[in-house]
Amino acid sequence: MRLKKMIAFAMSALLVTSAFTGCGDGTGSGTSGETSGSGATEEGKGKVYYLNFKPEQDSQWQSLAQSYTKQTGVPVTVVTAASGEYETTLMSEMAKSDAPTLFQVNGPVGLANWKDYCYELSGSDIYGELTSDAFALKDGDDVYGIAYVIESYGIIVNKTLLEKAGYTVGGIQNFDDLKNAADDIQSRKDELGIKGAFASTGMDGSSDWRFKTHLANLPIYYEYKADGIDSTKEIKGTYLDQYRNVFDLYITDSTCDPKELASKTADDARAELINGEAVFYQNGSWEYGSLSESFKDDELEMIPIYFGVDDENEGLCTGTENFWCVNKEASKEDIQATLDFMDWCVTSDEGTKSMGQDMGFVIPFKKAVKSDNVFVEQDAEMTAAGKTPVSWNFTTMPSENWKNGVGSALTAYAAGTGKWDDVVSAFVDGWKTESELSGQ
Amino acid sequence: MIGKVTKKYWPVFILPTLAAFLIGFVWPFLWGIYLSFSRFTTVNNVKFTGYENYKKIFIDNTFSHSFKYTVLFAVVSSVLINVLAFLIALALTKGLAGTNIFRTVFFMPNLIGGIVLGYIWQTLLNGILMIAGQPLLQLSEKNGFWGMVILLCWQQIGYMMIIYIAGLNNVSPDYLEAAQIDGANALQTLFRVKLPMIMPSITICTFLTLTNGFKMFDQNVSLTGGEPAKNSQLLALNIFDTFYARSGPQWKGIGQAKAVVFFFAVVAISLIQLNFTRSKEVQE
Repeated sequence: MRLKKMIAFAMSALLVTSAFTGCGDGTGSGTSGETSGSGATEEGKGKVYYLNFKPEQDSQWQSLAQSYTKQTGVPVTVVTAASGEYETTLMSEMAKSDAPTLFQVNGPVGLANWKDYCYELSGSDIYGELTSDAFALKDGDDVYGIAYVIESYGIIVNKTLLEKAGYTVGGIQNFDDLKNAADDIQSRKDELGIKGAFASTGMDGSSDWRFKTHLANLPIYYEYKADGIDSTKEIKGTYLDQYRNVFDLYITDSTCDPKELASKTADDARAELINGEAVFYQNGSWEYGSLSESFKDDELEMIPIYFGVDDENEGLCTGTENFWCVNKEASKEDIQATLDFMDWCVTSDEGTKSMGQDMGFVIPFKKAVKSDNVFVEQDAEMTAAGKTPVSWNFTTMPSENWKNGVGSALTAYAAGTGKWDDVVSAFVDGWKTESELSGQ
Repeated sequence: MIGKVTKKYWPVFILPTLAAFLIGFVWPFLWGIYLSFSRFTTVNNVKFTGYENYKKIFIDNTFSHSFKYTVLFAVVSSVLINVLAFLIALALTKGLAGTNIFRTVFFMPNLIGGIVLGYIWQTLLNGILMIAGQPLLQLSEKNGFWGMVILLCWQQIGYMMIIYIAGLNNVSPDYLEAAQIDGANALQTLFRVKLPMIMPSITICTFLTLTNGFKMFDQNVSLTGGEPAKNSQLLALNIFDTFYARSGPQWKGIGQAKAVVFFFAVVAISLIQLNFTRSKEVQE
């Protein structure tokens, strides 16, 4: 009797374990992963686990990792979080025993969440490879993050259409020029065969970051600049009138009725530019990949978002919100292996070529390879011509919640169900409240 | 013989499921309650902080708003779904032509996932609102509310209808015949005979619709995303939002505390509802 009971227990135990080991190897839902050289960990060499943020570059990272493993024997796992799921994926991955050794944060606010996990990088080789100290993410004198890609955004112009309407990019040098051109194009839209001057200012979740985050960077940038600061607990909103002017221009000279913007997506806006239905489209250098399929390089140009403050000197908005961090909690060997891998990526021929050409990144490291991206070239030309790039200050926005508040207020304002005062209050009062809440 | 075998080998049948239940439900649940008293970024680095998180639940007044909104939503959608599902079930047990086709058609929406439905209905409803010159779903708390009610009704009526049909088919023809002989008209038969006899189905259906209304998340995310300004956020989305849209480790604990409060609220309300409808059930 006893024996049979024991057998029964053993059997059920076996059933349970076999049912659960199945889950052990997975990398979790919403992620795609590949282990190269699995189980081939040589003694003392450590291993690298990179949780990648950019789904567009997943395959390039996978092959770069494989090639690194082939050359050095160090296993490198690259897992890419599904779009928009990075923070949730990172949170669950970090709780595992095999946590990512290399991950990324989006700036000072992201760092606040993960500081306890970040390895101090000031003594690392890769820190010495940075072209400027501005690309390191610091807290006091400690270095916690290294920017690995620099991006620019502005207003992307379909030059062919602009010239058809009788304007040139060179003739648009400040906000008034832009407004005149856009108003005129809008009034002649039927004659020109387009739907509007600006592609739809979509306020759907896939697109609203272009305005609640990227466009909102400009009033913050100019306020910081005027006050000589680089972050604040209380924003004054000195340049919100200019913010309103640009936003008004976007929604008035647009391809659709402002009331419909709440449901317009990022794809809608991109499609309008690609189909020649709009002349202007606010977005960044990361769009080059999808636009270059439909346009020749000389048909597109990115111009600064002229803001009516210092248009003469204003360049494109250039900066980064992608900072590599190394997991402090990982074993010593793994940390070393990760630092070596990062260094290899940005110094070796293969690494820099893959990042610069295959992934299309501009990397802020001394041995960077030139990128093919025209928008990036235009940014370099503008900087060379003496324009000042607008830095990315939206990484200092107090929280995602603040951005959502501004986004909702902008959407309601565009549709006429809300007032501009609500935007101002979401911007200024919301900033104060959110900073206080985050600081606790 | 069978009884003996079951007695001997019960662990084989019970243990795998029990273990899965313990590992997949009970343990995370207890751990979740503990987390609601802590400050954490990941679950293996947790600092106990006592009641701190619970004190901060109402810090940004979104929780109380979504609580009221959710209660209203759960009640309105439950009533509508049950009444409509029951009416359709009545119609489809009359033995009319095409009954089977209609049963299938009404049940179909239930097979589509909430996120997909949300996006499809968003396009549809926004199209109608645009023509009507009304603010879109994302711009008006009221439109968003009714949008979600319509969506949930469309999705769940078929399922509840099946349960009601089963209940109605189980009403013994003897009772109906007796009622007929006693001279009861159709309405009297419905309210005095059929309804009391299908109380168990009503209990199940109100329980399901009420809890589904409280727990709704996917459809909320895809249909309105909580817009405008979090005004159409149901509780589940509010908790998710607290967890992920805020920066700083303290918010994870607050979100967790909200989730625990949410759990007890749903349990309390479902128990009250179960007790109430059970008391109306009759024994044959």
